[in-house]
Amino acid sequence: MLDATEATHAAQVTDTSDTAATTARSDRADDASAPTIASLAPRADFPILAREINGKPLAFLDSAASAQKPAAVLDAMNHFARTSYANIHRGAYTLSEEATRAYERARKNVAKFINARSARELIFTRNTTESINLVARTWAEANLRPGDALLLTEMEHHSNIVPWQLAAQRVGAEVFYTPVTDEGELDLAAYEALLERHTPKLVAVTQMSNVLGTLTPLPELIAKAHAVGALVLVDGAQGAPHLPVDVRALDCDFYAFSGHKMLGPSGIGALWGRAELLEAMPPFMGGGDMIREVTLAGATWNDLPWKFEAGTPAIVEAVGLGAAVDYLRQLGMERVHAHEQALTTYALERLRAIPGLTIYGPPAERRGGVISFTLGDIHAHDLATLLDREGVAVRAGHHCAQPLMERLQVAATARASFYVYTTSAEVDTLAEALERARAIFAL
Amino acid sequence: MDDIYRQYILDHFREPHNHGTLEHPTLHASDTNPLCGDRIELDLNVSDDRVSEVRFSGRGCAISQATASMLTERIEGATLEELRALTPADIFEMLGVEVGPARQRCALLSLRVLHQGIQGPYTGRWSDDDEDDAIE
Ligand SMILES: Cc1ncc(COP(=O)(O)O)c(C=O)c1O
Repeated sequence: MLDATEATHAAQVTDTSDTAATTARSDRADDASAPTIASLAPRADFPILAREINGKPLAFLDSAASAQKPAAVLDAMNHFARTSYANIHRGAYTLSEEATRAYERARKNVAKFINARSARELIFTRNTTESINLVARTWAEANLRPGDALLLTEMEHHSNIVPWQLAAQRVGAEVFYTPVTDEGELDLAAYEALLERHTPKLVAVTQMSNVLGTLTPLPELIAKAHAVGALVLVDGAQGAPHLPVDVRALDCDFYAFSGHKMLGPSGIGALWGRAELLEAMPPFMGGGDMIREVTLAGATWNDLPWKFEAGTPAIVEAVGLGAAVDYLRQLGMERVHAHEQALTTYALERLRAIPGLTIYGPPAERRGGVISFTLGDIHAHDLATLLDREGVAVRAGHHCAQPLMERLQVAATARASFYVYTTSAEVDTLAEALERARAIFAL
Repeated sequence: MDDIYRQYILDHFREPHNHGTLEHPTLHASDTNPLCGDRIELDLNVSDDRVSEVRFSGRGCAISQATASMLTERIEGATLEELRALTPADIFEMLGVEVGPARQRCALLSLRVLHQGIQGPYTGRWSDDDEDDAIE
């Protein structure tokens, strides 16, 4: 578990010339002043980080796809499964009551983590994708009419595009997109114009681009959407893991996120929504647990949040997500963000020194810990394979954001992403591996 | 660890053989690897049941493009029967390096396109998939 003394000294950029000598490239004149950024969380908390890949220490730089899990999360799930597991909301026996309590405690914990008013507003789902689909089915079905508009952005993940396209097709609504500037940010003037022209019923926007790391100006976007009567769904897949989130201060209407990107297990995610909106929405899936009463003629719905949780949910995983939220809270989300920005600032500088390397997206102060890049004419997949040989795990491809890739006019990028366990030494390993790739491809 | 980025593979990538298109090809086929967007287009002229001319174009990683280049060299003058008989194992042998599971689709893209060209449009099952999907 996290130890308080360790937790206080991370996210600092310190000038330790002795370690810099081993991490920085020898041809850099400023070796002695190269900063080292330690891990924010104790690396020993993450068992997998001790692994070797192809004979090299693992440098895991793909947390934006899915994060590694601390022992605290793995142990919490293991302990629960060994001591208190049973189906929930069912039996009037001790074990089932214990399991129900653990599941509902996790819900409350996760709800508190994003500062929801009530745990009733927090629905457990499988992931961000399911959370968005829930709204795109039930809210859209009840509220969209032919000719209505939805406003997305060009930088959305497919999971915040395709569900809306499907919903629009079902009801005959239209989908519009806020364009992205050459810097990789939302074009705010165009956003306002689109709001004016189409008065959309709903705006769906990511908190942070999973390709460019761009942080979107949510308070401004949300206020402007509300001014024309649109609801706002925030895709928090890259937000909840990396930023302090307060859904009440944000004043959004729906917030979707995934457990597996925030140190929790896969198979569990959440949708937060305003209680009055959720109350008015028809149910998503039908089945056990989501009903109050079933007769052969029909059924009436359970209260929130269970109305939207049909069937046996991911019980052990919910407990794991609760433990992940505890772990993050102890680190402090402000400090998580500061750590990632420090790493990003360092990495942008380090990578810019590599000839032939192109970096996409805005400057460090307006992005989170995600850097997409290409190196000369080396295809991103070749790059990922070459980096893997050095133990460096990066993502390569279109990152489930083809419209954005189209906008950037690039078929594929390699993407390095950082989290609480990332160090500047891993960024150095990345930079050195890229230099080697240049040599192999004779760039 | 076996190096898939051998010099001759990089040479084929940098200076591909038979690169381009044919004016009125007897056979044309193209396909994309949905995972990474690699694309190969293949033009063949066939006379007397033999490949008289072949060109490819496309974009993508070194593995997919170098394999396509090597494959076009290999199939010049071959009979359609010989083309049909080509298997993934032949491709790996031709490459002369071990291709890990993550990159096998890149290596097999040009064979897939070739077989589409001579067998008609993709019907949903190709030899490499057949092996993947096989239930022992
Ligand atoms: C911005 C964004 N939205 C949505 C998703 C989808 O998340 P999940 O696959 O957990 O549903 C991701 C994950 O890659 C993402 O980065």
